[in-house]
Amino acid sequence: MQPEFEPTIQALKKEFNAQISEFRGDVSAIIPAENIVSAAKMLRDEFDFSLLSTMTAVDHWPEEKPRFDMLYQFTSVSKVLSLSVLVQVPGINPSLPTITGIFKNAIWREREVWDMFGIKFEGHPDLRRILMPADWEGHPLRKDYPLGYEEPQFTFNFEEIDLRKPYAKE
Amino acid sequence: MTQLQEVSVDDIKHLVSERAIQGETVLLNMGPQHPSTHGVLRLLLELDGETVVNCIPDIGFLHTGIEKNMESKTYAKANVMADRLDYLNTLGNNLAYSMAVEKLVELDVPERAQSIRVILAELQRIASHLIWLGTTGLDVAAMSTFLYCFRERESILDIFELCSGQRMMTTYIRPGGVWRDVPVEFEAAVREFIKMFPRRVDEYEALLSRNPLFLDRTFGIGTVSAEQALNFGMTGPPLRASGVNWDLRKARPYCGYEQYDFEVPTRTEGDVYARYIVRIEELRQSLRIVEQALNKMPIGPVCSSNHKFIPPPRSEIGVNMEALIHHFKLWTEGFSTPKGSIYNAIESPRGELGVYIVSDGGPKPYRIHWRTPSFDNLQALPFMAKGLLVADLVAIIGSVDIVLGDVDR
Repeated sequence: MQPEFEPTIQALKKEFNAQISEFRGDVSAIIPAENIVSAAKMLRDEFDFSLLSTMTAVDHWPEEKPRFDMLYQFTSVSKVLSLSVLVQVPGINPSLPTITGIFKNAIWREREVWDMFGIKFEGHPDLRRILMPADWEGHPLRKDYPLGYEEPQFTFNFEEIDLRKPYAKE
Repeated sequence: MTQLQEVSVDDIKHLVSERAIQGETVLLNMGPQHPSTHGVLRLLLELDGETVVNCIPDIGFLHTGIEKNMESKTYAKANVMADRLDYLNTLGNNLAYSMAVEKLVELDVPERAQSIRVILAELQRIASHLIWLGTTGLDVAAMSTFLYCFRERESILDIFELCSGQRMMTTYIRPGGVWRDVPVEFEAAVREFIKMFPRRVDEYEALLSRNPLFLDRTFGIGTVSAEQALNFGMTGPPLRASGVNWDLRKARPYCGYEQYDFEVPTRTEGDVYARYIVRIEELRQSLRIVEQALNKMPIGPVCSSNHKFIPPPRSEIGVNMEALIHHFKLWTEGFSTPKGSIYNAIESPRGELGVYIVSDGGPKPYRIHWRTPSFDNLQALPFMAKGLLVADLVAIIGSVDIVLGDVDR
């Protein structure tokens, strides 16, 4: 771990009881979900992590508690550091407080996570679907969402599958 | 037949001003098939006369579910999909992906492969900036630059075809190195380009940089301060045009960028013209890197020899039992990676291109997320365009240099 990380790590441990891990030189901190807003604010204002590089989620279905890992990737331009902050989200009614008040690009990033994973962000100014059509059902990047291959038809089940094809009812 | 649902207008009522609801301002649809939205970007504009009151981008028309698809492919096969994200930076996408996989499995890349990667990535940056320059010129009615830029881009694509057999979707850079060594004609072709190109950049500048019509359309338009740009998550040339010296090639050198002498051009104005100047200067700097890398290119292997991850050469398969086993394992199951997650970012022509890979220990990535620069850069568009004319909005879209394949993934 780079020595520049020390003060940030100590503060995260002290304030938010963060669990720190390191893999291949990437430092990540797991913090409780309710602290994410104050942690983001602290990282930006006190430790100069002025860029929110990305936000995304990982679905661990069928594990339910916690089902999702939410990733926040912060970058410090002045100190040349990159820090992952992870938050665990349960599978039933997944929701998190929004950080749009701190980083503006979280507006689209959170919309994308809502669209793809169905994690709600409390207090988000405009939580609509962003990539999928507005009337889409389901959240595609969840692991229980099928990839959507076309079913191969064989002689023994040709008719049966044919009836399920989109053109069957026209 | 799926039922089409009516989507209520109430969903977007909070995005427009009170005046739009009373009918004082006009809501106008721009795109997705509008030539100056550079792809399939749709904008809902609220206009007061010709002034933009509100601009609501609507993206997702080019969403292809690449992240989901990659989860179902082995690490080697997923590389092919990486090309299709940002179709003007195909080799850069391959590079970002390959470096992420190499970081995950701790694979070393030979020196010669690093040099080839740098040369091709920089040529790709030039090609991408040429498209940007051409189309931006076209947006502000400078027709001739477009034709010149595409002429020069063609010679870069010829170099790519020489190496990989493909002009655009090359998949030439792969985990562990590159596909195969460059042909003997490669060096001469690149030298030819290096010789010809500086004069051409001067020509573009002669056409645009002091052209009063171009200055009128770009100077002081769409200004973003350094702090705002960072807050919007902007990276790449738009951030550097606002005065933040942030280039991952300098900040966290990869592929041996530390051995090359180049500068990171920055401006402080943060307007459309500043972004233009930054990119023009980047064309020259990239060419410097290409020349240095070509001069220094060492002789040696172009791919890692760790056959747990890299297929053995064809000649070994017939004589070496172990090579045959590796070949069979790699082409059926693929290689497994250790459990864990990594984030790796490179500097693409548009900004920070990051790959986040979560591995569950199997031969397929459990989750791949692409941090694409256009997505964040585009977000600042409504902020930049507010209060300006529709014609200025067109210039701003051009200056941000979005690729919709990069935005929608």
